[in-house]
Amino acid sequence: MTTIQTAHTPDPVTAQPSLLELDRLQRPAIGPVSLAVAAGECVCISGPSGAGKSQLLRAIADLDPHAGEVRLSGMPAESIAPPEWRRRVGLLPPESSWWLPRVADHFHSGAALPLEEVGLADAILNQPVGRLSSGEKQRLALLRLLANRPGVLLLDEPTANLDPKNTARVEAVIAAYREARDAAVIWVSHDRDQAARVCDRHYAIADGDLQLQESAP
Amino acid sequence: MIVLSVADLAIAATLVLLLTLLSLRMHPDLGRQLVFSALRTAIQLSLIGMVLKVLFANASLLWVSLMAGVMLLIAGREVMVRQERRFRGWWGYAVGTFSMFVSSFVVTIFALTVILGDDPWYTPQYAIPLLGMLLGNTMNGISIAMDRLTETAWEQAKTIEARLMLGERADEAIADIRRQAIRSGMIPIINAMAAAGVISLPGMMTGQILAGAAPLDAVKYQILIMFLIASGTGFGTLAAVAVGSRHLFDARQRLCLDRLRQRP
Repeated sequence: MTTIQTAHTPDPVTAQPSLLELDRLQRPAIGPVSLAVAAGECVCISGPSGAGKSQLLRAIADLDPHAGEVRLSGMPAESIAPPEWRRRVGLLPPESSWWLPRVADHFHSGAALPLEEVGLADAILNQPVGRLSSGEKQRLALLRLLANRPGVLLLDEPTANLDPKNTARVEAVIAAYREARDAAVIWVSHDRDQAARVCDRHYAIADGDLQLQESAP
Repeated sequence: MIVLSVADLAIAATLVLLLTLLSLRMHPDLGRQLVFSALRTAIQLSLIGMVLKVLFANASLLWVSLMAGVMLLIAGREVMVRQERRFRGWWGYAVGTFSMFVSSFVVTIFALTVILGDDPWYTPQYAIPLLGMLLGNTMNGISIAMDRLTETAWEQAKTIEARLMLGERADEAIADIRRQAIRSGMIPIINAMAAAGVISLPGMMTGQILAGAAPLDAVKYQILIMFLIASGTGFGTLAAVAVGSRHLFDARQRLCLDRLRQRP
C-alpha cells in the first residue's frame, strides 16, 4: 500500500528502462516525489481536490519552479530548451484556452485530425471558439496536444466534462496513441473505475506524497 | 512681450478664489483641493523659475546634467506609481526609468547636437525644456504601456501558459499582449499629432507666439517637438515593453506572476 516507487527501480511490470523519471521532485506542498514511468505505461494519480495533483503535473511540464529533477530518456529537463521539453512532455490542463477566432486557427493546417474518433464532425473546425461547449473544447484540446506528438502525456482530468459515451471514445484515443507512439501517460482522475480501466499503476496522493494502490490489474 | 506683474497674477488668483468659495459650499473637499493645488502651482513654478535662472547663469555641463538627472528620477517614480500591478522591488522603478533614460536622453542629445547645434550643445535654455517635454510625454506612453502589459498578462495568465504547454516560446506566448501594450502606449501621441493645429493649439507653440515669435517659426519648432516626442515615446515604449515582457518569464520560460505586486 505504501511502497513508493523510486526513480532508480525499473518498472516491475514491463521491466523496461523508464521514459519519464521524477527524482525527488518537490514543490512547497508536494513531495519529494520519485516516480518512474516506462514507455507505453499509464500511471493514474487520484486524490482530493487541493492535494496537489495539478501542481505535480505543472512541475513535470516545468511550468513552476521546483526542486529535484525530471528526466526524459535519462536527459534532465534543464538540458532541453523549455519549448522543446513542453512539446515532448505535453500537459493537458483541466481547462483549455482558445485565443484565436476559429478552432482551425489553433491547429497546423494539413494535419489529419481524428475528429470522428472523439465524436466530433469536421465542420467544428470552422466554428468560432466562443460557440464551443466545454466538452467539445476538452476533446479538441486533447487533439491539439496530440498533434504535437509528445512522448509523455500529462492528462489532468481529460474526461471531466464528458458523458460516458465520449469518455469511452477519449479513453480509446489515448490508449491508441499510447500504443502507437509508445508514450508514457500520467493520468489524473477522480474516478476510481476509470483509473482501474486505463492504468497500469494507480497512486493516491495524500499529504503531497504518492501512495501506490493495489487495485491495478 | 508683455511682462506680467505680481498684481496681474493676483487678479487671476481672485478667479480661483471665487471658484473655491463657490465649490466650498457644494463640496468642502473639492474646495480644499483646489486651493492646495493652486498654491502648489505657484510655489513649484516659482521654484523651478529660480532654479532655471541660476542654471542659465551657470551653464556648465555638470549643472545641466545634474538637473537632467533629477528630472529623470522624478519622472521614473511617476511612471512607477501609475502602474497598478507593477514589478516587485527595484524592478518596478528600474524598467520605466531605464526606458525613459534610453529614449528621452538619446533623442534630446540627438536634437541638441545634430538639429539645433547651439554652442555649447548643452545650453540649458534649449536642453532643459526639450528634455522636460520629452520626459513628460514618454512618461505617459511608458506608464500606459507597462500598466497594460502587466494587467493583461495577469488576466490572461491561463492563455499564456496554455501556449507555453503547447511548446511556444515565451516571446511567442506573450506576443499578442506585447503588441496591445505597445499600441496603447503610442496611441496618445499619434492622436496628438493628428489633432495638432486642428483641434488643439499645442502649448509650446502658443507660448512662443505669446513671447513674440513669428507664427511660422513657432510652428517649425512645434513640428520638431512633435517628431521628437513621437520618436522618444515610441522608442521608450518599445524598450519598456521588451524588457518588461521578458521579465515576466524566468530562465526556463515559466510565467512568473509572483514578480508582480498585488493590486493595492
